[in-house]
Amino acid sequence: MANVKLTHVDKVYGGTVEVLKDINLDIKKGELVVFVGPSGCGKSTLLRMIAGLEKITGGTLEIDGVVVNDIPPSQRGIAMVFQSYALYPHMTVRDNMSFALKLAKKSPQEIEDAVNRAAEKLQLTQYLDRLPKALSGGQRQRVAIGRSIVRDPKVYLFDEPLSNLDAALRAATRIEIAQLKEQMPDSTMIYVTHDQVEAMTLASRIVVLANKGIAQVGTPLDLYERPENEFVAQFIGSPAMNLLPGEIIETGEKTKVRLSGGGVAISDVKSKASDKGKEVNIGIRPEDFVLAEGDDYTFEGKVNHREALGEVTLFYFAKQGGADVVISKLPGIHTGVRGKTVRLSAPSSKVQVFHNGKSLYYR
Amino acid sequence: MNPALQGLFTIILGVGGCIGYFYFSNQFLDKVLFPAKGPNAGRNINRANMVRPWLFLFPALALLGLYLAYPVFETLRLSVSERVSGGGSKFVGFANYSQMFGEPKFWEAMGNNMLWLIFVPAMSTAFGLLAAQLTDRIKWGNIAKSLIFMPMAISFVGAAVIFKLVYDTRPIDQEQIGILNAIYLWFGGDAPQTWLTIPLWNNFFLMVVLIWIQTGFAMVILSAALRGIPEDTIEAAIIDGANPFQIFFKIKIPQIVGTIVVVWTTITIVVLKVFDIVFAMTNGQWETQVLANYMFDKLFRANDWGVGSASAMIIMLLVTPILVWNVYNVRKEMK
Repeated sequence: MANVKLTHVDKVYGGTVEVLKDINLDIKKGELVVFVGPSGCGKSTLLRMIAGLEKITGGTLEIDGVVVNDIPPSQRGIAMVFQSYALYPHMTVRDNMSFALKLAKKSPQEIEDAVNRAAEKLQLTQYLDRLPKALSGGQRQRVAIGRSIVRDPKVYLFDEPLSNLDAALRAATRIEIAQLKEQMPDSTMIYVTHDQVEAMTLASRIVVLANKGIAQVGTPLDLYERPENEFVAQFIGSPAMNLLPGEIIETGEKTKVRLSGGGVAISDVKSKASDKGKEVNIGIRPEDFVLAEGDDYTFEGKVNHREALGEVTLFYFAKQGGADVVISKLPGIHTGVRGKTVRLSAPSSKVQVFHNGKSLYYR
Repeated sequence: MNPALQGLFTIILGVGGCIGYFYFSNQFLDKVLFPAKGPNAGRNINRANMVRPWLFLFPALALLGLYLAYPVFETLRLSVSERVSGGGSKFVGFANYSQMFGEPKFWEAMGNNMLWLIFVPAMSTAFGLLAAQLTDRIKWGNIAKSLIFMPMAISFVGAAVIFKLVYDTRPIDQEQIGILNAIYLWFGGDAPQTWLTIPLWNNFFLMVVLIWIQTGFAMVILSAALRGIPEDTIEAAIIDGANPFQIFFKIKIPQIVGTIVVVWTTITIVVLKVFDIVFAMTNGQWETQVLANYMFDKLFRANDWGVGSASAMIIMLLVTPILVWNVYNVRKEMK
């Protein structure tokens, strides 16, 4: 049974400003779905609509088969963790965690048990009688998570829960959330973030939002290896995927593209005979480039700038025509390449072909 | 000279004098006393900077000392002395105090002050909080707020005159110009009432004036405090299942309790000093006496500065602890 189902969901502010349009999404029980997208794409709005903090302008939202459009947040069976933690500053950790249960008129024993269980799970037992201001950022966020756990919701909603933490704590808390998810395999989680690492490591599926709609839904590696369109190709992965313009010269099981820069690329993506001569962009991730020997190359360019990170070396190539700056990420240390012309190629399995912004793989 | 011209002249002289004082005293400090040149330039700059704050503070300290600190001690002295015929005064110990404590009018004033103390801050803060919350999310909320705040701009005496008209009484065969009597008669009251002469109740009729004025103050401060509450905590409470009343009393109020205390104590201090309203409306008759008016009565009508000063000391004694607590809370809020 689907746990959360969005059908033709729209969001319009003030009758004119359209934020989200025709969102269709089926989130299964036990999934951890991550919403990513550039800022302002409406990912937080979508989460808040599922929570019930924002009205749904059009379409239906179902949780466990029940349409919840007009059901208040507290009765939807959801719990939410906010970016700012949103702890009640005047209540102790224990009171923060038991507030919802008290409002629901649960018995004191039941509340006590639920709070203690959650506190143990999150290593908060020794902090139960402290006020939030006496806790560190990571501890506060654990209290916020604890506050949602005690309610035993059907769906957990996370709104950028780690973005207020520093880098080290973020990594640690990320792992804690992943372990928490493993402990609760039946609970569904929806997680909004702008951090790709969080999306890639936590998600069972990622939803990329762009231009008021969904750009692609898929597992993290699906999105990485087979992006549906140029937007997802460039959004997932860092540095972004290189897009090089060219023309299809051979079709069939493999597609051969002559690039306007002079090189040739071969891709495992199939093409039809009618595709011959089409203007396309090929996409190659910086980390998939290898140094080419001889005349068999895909890209040739002068190294403008080099960043040595030890384990890898980034080459930034001089701009050619209107295309973006091409970046390659080669393993190991490369010295004395600045200002030199370098030829690169990529294995055919790693080369994407986009026509009018859409990948040929998904036709 | 024309009074307007005279006023203008005084303003120019006052402002010019202030600017002149700061300019020339700094010039003197930097150029003559500790010049920033010569072999001791560095030391001189440091010394000048140590003196400068006192230069700026001096006018305020001098004036406060002259008009606040000195009168406190002089009042204290007067409260324990007695006029001797033919000029001069002599020490009489606590005679003035014991005379005052023996007067029923003093205890009436004390009792009434306590009544004021309980009701006015409580009602002003409660109405202010209510107004702040209710006007927060509505379109015409700002207009409503301006209207509620407007009485703050009226002087106490002006407000007293307005309410004197509200409580006004005319003989029964004439048209009532006081709105309270008009309403009373319209609802079937038998005869127009002289509201301000009904003991105990008339105290509350006077308090209404101050509540009317102070509600605006409470509302403005509390409205800002309510807006300072993080929206996230309210949304979290909505998700936790709190209804609007629970959100207001369990989430919002506890988060602004510090501000509520500051507003409450500030109004309390105003109440303890209340004088104008009582003076202009009843002058303490019909059992409405309060301490400040009692003091004024003794000091300037009965010309008994011994008892008058003693009552002033009592008012100061009552205000000081609240003032200290108020300052403590304001500082805590500002942190």
